[in-house]
Amino acid sequence: MSPLQVRTIARAPVSSTIASRLELLEYYLAHHEDVMGCAQASVDWLVQYAGVKQSVCLAVEPESNMLVGIAGAGVARDDVELFSWPLSDARDPLVAALSASQPIIFRQARANGHSLPTTPIGAGAFTAVPLRGIRNVEEAALGLLLVRSGNGPTSEVGWLVTVLGQKIEQVRGRGSLSEEVKKLRRERTLFFTIINSVTDPILLTDTEGRLIVANARAEKLFAATEEESEGRRRAVELNNMLFSAALSRTAVEDAGAAAARELLLVDPSDGSDLLFEVLSTTVEDPREGTGIVSVLRNITDLRRATEQIEENYQKVRVAEAAARAERDRLNLIIDSVADPIIVTDPSGSTVLMNAPAEELFTVSWDSPDTAQRTVQANDAHFSSFISGLLLGETGPGEIRRGEIGLINPNSGRAIPVEAIAGKVLTETGELTAVVTILHDRTEALERARLYEQLKTASDELQMRVQAATAELAQQNELLRRQAIELEQASRLKSQFLANMSHEFRTPLNAILGYTHMLLQGVAGELMPSVRRQLTRIDSNGRHLLTIINEILDITRIEAGKMPLQISEFDLNELVPEVMTELDPVIARSRLPVTPRLWAKMPLVRTDRQKVKQIVVNLLSNALKFTHQGGIEIAVGYSEHERMASISVTDTGIGIARENHERVFEDFRQVDDSPSRQYGGTGLGLAICRRLSTMLGGRISLNSNLGEGSTFTLMFPVDADA
Amino acid sequence: MTDQKAPLILVVDDYQDAREMYAEYLQFSGFRVAEARNGNEALEQAFALKPDLILMDLSLPGMDGWEATRQLKADERTQNIPVVALTGHALAGASDGAKRAGCDSFVTKPCLPDDLVVEVRRMLNAVSKQA
Repeated sequence: MSPLQVRTIARAPVSSTIASRLELLEYYLAHHEDVMGCAQASVDWLVQYAGVKQSVCLAVEPESNMLVGIAGAGVARDDVELFSWPLSDARDPLVAALSASQPIIFRQARANGHSLPTTPIGAGAFTAVPLRGIRNVEEAALGLLLVRSGNGPTSEVGWLVTVLGQKIEQVRGRGSLSEEVKKLRRERTLFFTIINSVTDPILLTDTEGRLIVANARAEKLFAATEEESEGRRRAVELNNMLFSAALSRTAVEDAGAAAARELLLVDPSDGSDLLFEVLSTTVEDPREGTGIVSVLRNITDLRRATEQIEENYQKVRVAEAAARAERDRLNLIIDSVADPIIVTDPSGSTVLMNAPAEELFTVSWDSPDTAQRTVQANDAHFSSFISGLLLGETGPGEIRRGEIGLINPNSGRAIPVEAIAGKVLTETGELTAVVTILHDRTEALERARLYEQLKTASDELQMRVQAATAELAQQNELLRRQAIELEQASRLKSQFLANMSHEFRTPLNAILGYTHMLLQGVAGELMPSVRRQLTRIDSNGRHLLTIINEILDITRIEAGKMPLQISEFDLNELVPEVMTELDPVIARSRLPVTPRLWAKMPLVRTDRQKVKQIVVNLLSNALKFTHQGGIEIAVGYSEHERMASISVTDTGIGIARENHERVFEDFRQVDDSPSRQYGGTGLGLAICRRLSTMLGGRISLNSNLGEGSTFTLMFPVDADA
Repeated sequence: MTDQKAPLILVVDDYQDAREMYAEYLQFSGFRVAEARNGNEALEQAFALKPDLILMDLSLPGMDGWEATRQLKADERTQNIPVVALTGHALAGASDGAKRAGCDSFVTKPCLPDDLVVEVRRMLNAVSKQA
């Protein structure tokens, strides 16, 4: 039960106790018929003037034999109005109190054997004073005045009990109390039942916004007891403030008239927002003064619904815009597709076509007759295709393909077209449209034709390649046989040359031998002219022998019959050995030959005989082509490359750069005319080059015409490495 | 003209001009000379005459120089006679073949008579030093 904000009777303050007593009695006179009014005025007076905190007036109802509440101050009005207590039990403390001559004090504990009865004055100690009139002082009291004060019953209470008792007796004597009370009680109960049954909060407030009467629903919003949660109390406080503010606005804006205002409150139970429409009406009551009746209608759901509708409307608008944009985009896409697209309805008539389709199926009215006929023909072809689809059993998502021969009405060009058509079905499977895309197959057919040509050409090429390959294989076989034959021929040639040189040597041996014997004087002294002639035979015979030996060398190298004979030796020692061998030639040339050895020359591992043969050849060439100056034989070594070198430098006639390669060829000299100045076979350097290759080395030439020559042999220090 | 104490050289060569040329020059140089035209003759002469040195041409008709040398070196009567091989085949391996057959020295034709005499004298000196 919520505490009621008790409205005090608006009166001027009374300065003394006497004055206040008079005032109360004056009220009694003014309202002599109204027991409840007098009782209420009395308890109010007690609170105001007699230092009483709470007071309740209970009266005996003789018809029902009940003790009922008729007035209360500082307590819940409902509690007072609904209080009724049976008088049947004489031992009941309240009933006992009625019979007592003195006030009975009810305490918290059962100190004097009286249990604490449940009364509208609430929990805690109080004093019950019996109300008696003048006539029946000895009988049971007419009622009880329940008082709770800081200092017990005072003289003021005593006085009031006397006057109130007499007043009740007076009114009772006229027999009007019980009927009136019952009627009022019924009316009040009905009133509260009615307003509590209204689901909208209903409040009666004074002009300051203080609450006078509220129905159950309103109490939930605007009333909270101390025991309730902090959050709930705060919500109630907030609601009161908001409501007061709304009321004062109403009062300011149009006082007196019923005004509808929206009011946002907080639901104390769950903290959610509640929107109310407040209908306030000012009521004038001569006794209670001006009050305001407010009916609050919950429009939270209404507002929510309104917002929902608004939101839905926005959504619809957005969706509509999106759909429009989508349609525009789709149109754009359809128009930008190069292939004709046609949409037909289930009856086969055209609903939509894009620009390329229009080119085929529409024609302006002023076009020539041929174009008109072409369009009709195109239409006929297309219609027959579509009707085939419509009659055919194609399910959803199935696609029908077909070839249609169309003609461009403007150019008259035949267009082979592949038509691809799909049914558009609703969710229920109902046919709504047929979309057909016509794909120009001209290019594809052209490509296919070209591909065919290409394939033919490719096949032909392949055949040719196969033929060529076969021929090549045949040629290869031929070449292989020729190579074998060549090899055999080469071997036969080498064998032949080897045999020939041997056969040449035998008679040459005799020629040289006998010439030699004659020159040695075996046949006695010779005439100078004979000696000179024999010397010519001897020198030409020796030349022939050199040629034969060199040819033999080359054939031996080419026949692979001159294998490497590897040994370890000192290259420095080879130089004087070569010089010794050629000593007679050196002596004859009268040229100084200077050896330049390499001080820290390591031993080399290679074919000593071949190195020597090369150096002998190089030195004899130098001697042959040098007329003045000198010759130098230098040994060299490159540790980094692991290469040994031996070079022969002369101050001879030199070799022009363009002939540097030529001198190494077989049977070549720079001057190979029949009348050449220098002897020799022209095979020397060719043999040297072959031998150096066998050693894994090379011979290089550095020379200019008239500036002498340097031939350098370079070879690995280890032929096996 | 021939000295009885002069060393006897057996010249074996099928080519008459060469054989007679060497023989003539060896006689001119102070040696006694016997001649043979093939391997069989060379063996007969060697056993009969016990020459001090044999000049053996290796390419001979019938029994060749290699075979003849092998037989000479196999026979104790002739095994100490030095054999100087003469050949026109200057191919590699010819000298090795001759050495394997038992030849003590090897001379390649063409060989001037003078050079041959130098070689003969060198071989005879070597033998006399051993003896």
